[in-house]
Amino acid sequence: MPDRAWEQVFRAEHGRVVATLARRFGDLDLAEDATSEALVVALEKWSEEGLPPNPGAWLTTVGARKALDRLRREAKRDGKQQEAVTMVDDSPPDDLGVVEDDRLRLVFTCCHPALAPENRVALTLRMLGGLTVAEIARAFLVPETTMAQRITRSKAKIKQAKIPYRVPREADLPARVGGVLAVLYLVFNEGYLATSEETDPIRGELCDEAVRLTRLVVQLMPDEPEALGLLALMLLIDARRAARERDGMLVTLDQQDRRLWDAERIDEGHALVRRCLQVGRPGPYQLQAAIQAVHDDALEFPDTQWDQVVALYDQLLAVAPSPIVVMNRAVAVAELDGPEVGLALVEELDLDGYHAWHATRADLLRRLGRSDEARDAYLRAAELTQNAAERAWLQARSTG
Amino acid sequence: MTQYMLSVHHDGTEDFSSIDEATMQKMFADVDAFNTELQASGSWVFAGGLQPIEASTTVDATGAEPILTDGPFSESKEFLGGFWIIDVADLDAALDWARRGSAACQGKVEVRPFQEEPS
Repeated sequence: MPDRAWEQVFRAEHGRVVATLARRFGDLDLAEDATSEALVVALEKWSEEGLPPNPGAWLTTVGARKALDRLRREAKRDGKQQEAVTMVDDSPPDDLGVVEDDRLRLVFTCCHPALAPENRVALTLRMLGGLTVAEIARAFLVPETTMAQRITRSKAKIKQAKIPYRVPREADLPARVGGVLAVLYLVFNEGYLATSEETDPIRGELCDEAVRLTRLVVQLMPDEPEALGLLALMLLIDARRAARERDGMLVTLDQQDRRLWDAERIDEGHALVRRCLQVGRPGPYQLQAAIQAVHDDALEFPDTQWDQVVALYDQLLAVAPSPIVVMNRAVAVAELDGPEVGLALVEELDLDGYHAWHATRADLLRRLGRSDEARDAYLRAAELTQNAAERAWLQARSTG
Repeated sequence: MTQYMLSVHHDGTEDFSSIDEATMQKMFADVDAFNTELQASGSWVFAGGLQPIEASTTVDATGAEPILTDGPFSESKEFLGGFWIIDVADLDAALDWARRGSAACQGKVEVRPFQEEPS
């Protein structure tokens, strides 16, 4: 197993290397295998010689060599000397779309509407996020063999059906971008609150990658307010990263040291929210960003403009109703009208399998002095969460 | 370039006899226009609408003696109504034609790539 620092380098570079090799060789499967082989070589080489100055370029070079080796081997085996030569096409692909970034191309391929939605997320996390199949399987609560088959089948479909490896033409972009934003937000969430025990509880590199890719989508579609909204939402949440964990435990919004918040990200997020308001076509990501902007505005937790938060949740419920939105609105209502009112709203929801529902209930019960019930709810939430830092915090909370 | 079959499937629930004349005429006209456009684009390979499933005969020569059966090979209610074979750059182009074809013939269209010819 690689040690921590290497693992981070591998994760961070995985998407870039796969994306570059996929463009060069026109084969996602080959690109992924070659990248894995390059990582194995890197592990041996770097343990003797230390990290090279540009690990990404190093991995891409070795990966390309591995891919070529395999193509030559296969060509020899099949008696097709010609094949390896024709398959490696160094001329630039004809239709590159509007943004020339390999990773963005890879996102649009992994998020293609001809793939089932759960497969889009899995492929994006595997290819771009560099998560292992085992980690993705855990995140989706399916056996590892099932996830491996899903990813293999998706890659086979991309190849057999010729799902193109490019950014869609401008005319097709609006229809395609919604699916991409959904996947990027899921990648961000995996970074925000990791579902694997073997990674850091907050995977900053996944948050960074999601932000970076969303920035590219924004560049690509500067007038698409939901892309702006998603970028704002990510920045306004991610601005709190440094304050969100202490001694291996998550720190909730009300307990965070707000001096640790990233003022630059908050300013950028606010500016984006204002730009959305000017466009005047609100959507779910924009409204969620506006809610986070209100939170980030408060110097201390009690200064939060809860009436604004509730009003924005009402708007969000109108465009994207869901029990989770109702629950988050109830948390804000509890600050305005008291925990009893909030708890009544929370109790109505059928979210028994969702750890955050138990955690929310627990907190409201605690504030109402119903400590036995609060403890049970904290422990139930701790059982259900897949994040180690959140579990540590919930367990600490359950003992008072 | 890759060849795709765009096939129009009927699931046995459609009641073609109840479709009025005007609707039928519009469908024919739309499909005609679609075919003309497909041919003009250079992506057309072949297309055809099929007679009703009752007109089919199944031949099984996998054994010593060929066996002929009146009707389709399977008891399933679904049957192929017609198809287009097109030659386009990639799946996005095929899906775009399929969308327009589906709207024209008012039926669901399945898009399936052909195997590549052995080189």
